[in-house]
Amino acid sequence: MAGLIVAESAIFTIFVTAYLYYLGRDVTGPTPREVLEIPIFGTVCLLSSSGFIVLAERAIEHGKMAAFTLWWAVTMLLGAIFLADTANEWYKLIVHDHLTISTNLFGTCFYSLVGLHASHVIVGLIMMLVVLLFALGRKVHPGHAERVKVLAMYWHFVDAVWVVVFTVVYIIGR
Amino acid sequence: MGTDTPGIPIAGGIEAGIDRTRPHTTQGTYLELIHSWVVTVDHKKLGILYICYALVFLLVAGFEALLIRVQLFYPHNDFVGPASFNRLFTMHGTTMVFLVGMPILFGFGNYLVPLMIGARDMAFPRLNAFSFWISAFAGLLLYYSFIGGVGLAGTGSAPDVAWFAYAPLTERAFSPGHTVDYWAVAILASGIGSIGTAINFLATFFCMRCKGMTLMRIPLLPWLYATVSFLVLVTISPLTAAQAMLLIDRYLGGHFFDTQAGGSAILWAHFFWIFGHPEVYVLVLPAFAFANEIIPVFSRKAIFGYAAMVAASVGIGFISLSVWAHHMFTIGMTSFGNAFFTLSTMLVSIPTGIKTFNWLATIWGGKIRFETPMLFSIAFLFQWVIAGLTGIMLSISAWNWQLHNSYFVVAHFHYVLVGAIVFMIFAAIYYWYPKMTGRMLDERLGRWHFWLMVIGFHLTFDTMHIPGLLGMPRQIFTYEPDRSWTLLNQIVSIGGFLQAIAVLILVYNMVHSYFRGEEAGPDPWDAWTLEWSIPSPPPPYNFATDPVVASRRPLWDLKHPEDTDSAFE
Repeated sequence: MAGLIVAESAIFTIFVTAYLYYLGRDVTGPTPREVLEIPIFGTVCLLSSSGFIVLAERAIEHGKMAAFTLWWAVTMLLGAIFLADTANEWYKLIVHDHLTISTNLFGTCFYSLVGLHASHVIVGLIMMLVVLLFALGRKVHPGHAERVKVLAMYWHFVDAVWVVVFTVVYIIGR
Repeated sequence: MGTDTPGIPIAGGIEAGIDRTRPHTTQGTYLELIHSWVVTVDHKKLGILYICYALVFLLVAGFEALLIRVQLFYPHNDFVGPASFNRLFTMHGTTMVFLVGMPILFGFGNYLVPLMIGARDMAFPRLNAFSFWISAFAGLLLYYSFIGGVGLAGTGSAPDVAWFAYAPLTERAFSPGHTVDYWAVAILASGIGSIGTAINFLATFFCMRCKGMTLMRIPLLPWLYATVSFLVLVTISPLTAAQAMLLIDRYLGGHFFDTQAGGSAILWAHFFWIFGHPEVYVLVLPAFAFANEIIPVFSRKAIFGYAAMVAASVGIGFISLSVWAHHMFTIGMTSFGNAFFTLSTMLVSIPTGIKTFNWLATIWGGKIRFETPMLFSIAFLFQWVIAGLTGIMLSISAWNWQLHNSYFVVAHFHYVLVGAIVFMIFAAIYYWYPKMTGRMLDERLGRWHFWLMVIGFHLTFDTMHIPGLLGMPRQIFTYEPDRSWTLLNQIVSIGGFLQAIAVLILVYNMVHSYFRGEEAGPDPWDAWTLEWSIPSPPPPYNFATDPVVASRRPLWDLKHPEDTDSAFE
């Protein structure tokens, strides 16, 4: 997983580089300042989910399976809220501001970078859903702690990337 | 350590493997045999699949090179025409790098890394199988474009944008049809395979070593493969990202590389060469790895300066990440940028110099056996130095401005890719073929192969520098007769055909020796690493009992209990 994270980091680095490089080079509007709003709520949800997954990790290490299932479900819920928040943002951008991936450079970079991150959230949620279904079927036991931790590592990575994406897109980019 | 308690327990002793060479001939019908290869997750079978797959594409891409050379044989030749010529050099380059170089090196790595570190298999056998099959799929996808890709000239055309595929030539406006899509998706797929394999190598290297094998006792080959894997992770990923951007541009109407909408062609060049230059080291480090194993065995001496070799390899890995823009001196960087990339490129010559001198010191005073693997290794040493010297010339940005995109550059990188990498791949084939099949390759044919290859190589690539200096640009499909390039091009082409004959001899030798070759036995070269302690070909489980090692040369310790390495390390 560490190897995968190194490779993924390199991919995100390239997209972030492209985003920064193309900032302010648009030939046509709309520009980031005109249309972007800072998604505080979604960000808080996603970042706090990292804390809840740590609670889940601790629970499975100590064999508290009910607590594990609860914290795991909370993590997933927060991740899903983040996704819904992103979807809402995209809906506004596409329908009200007429910004699509082919409108201008900003659109291309924005949807690629945020979309790449969102696709990682989706993959994470799918993997976590599988674990949750097994946990509800009482098939997960403390012996699986190691594997759960690997998955948690991926989730922490996705959150950490969001810190970078958030900084680049919503703070530097505006 | 006494005679009765060897460092590595070998079931039945070292001679027991001789009669067990061909266990799979009694495996039932051909269909079952093929099925067993398709569903295999065994690192040895996958390694052989990788190597065979790469050799097939070596013949294909070599054939494309010959067509190019026929076209350039005399001025105003109309053998293939400009459109086909563009496709030929694009496919030749792409195939050689992605479908020959990487798979064959991964193949040897797959086969050898677990054996050398005393492991049962790679860390993730199923990921390994997935990586191979997705790479194989990428190759078929790329070549399917010959019949499936609708290009400018109607149906049936391959990509024609050169292997670095500079934007905005690859954009929808300039490359209608699907040829570029085939190119991008094929490289995306092979990139995913490579990343999977790299993760696998790293996990195997760090977690699967046998008892007693500390980091400083690992043979140099696994060390170099670990470095390569790290490089693959941080460099293939940018390429994958760049291909994703290209596809977004082409299918979703994005503007990453669309200069009309403010996009940048230079950014593509940066992204490509961030991959492209470390890629050279991804290819050449395994060649170094083979040299590290072969040269000591045929010089009858332990490798000189093991620790320095490890440090130099890892050093090359890091330095190579900061040199990419020396491919782009003419793109209009600042003079600070030019100076930085000139100096960082020259810096690479320090660790590579350390390696070269260590190999020479290993040979120095050794009792050299001039068998085919060693012949190729010696030619490699010589050619590698020349390739490095022209590399230093090209790293100087002022000199580079004169020769950018000329045949001098083509000669330089073919000196690296053929003179160093392909030569070491041939050495590795002669060296490890007995382990993989249980039969020796024919030595007499091997010598024919070697001498034809060396003569053909030097005819082609020594001569190729000169038209470059005289100003012949690369990727031109023909030239004027009054340029005095004609004779030079003819020599280059003749050398190319000699090399083709040499490769055909190798292919014949491999097929012939598989059925008629001399029985190899477990240890035909009197070598020292763990893979030679088990029968040839190795049984599916590799080691009957987990080996325990006490030094860098466990078999030396076993054969010479009175003078073990472990006493000195």
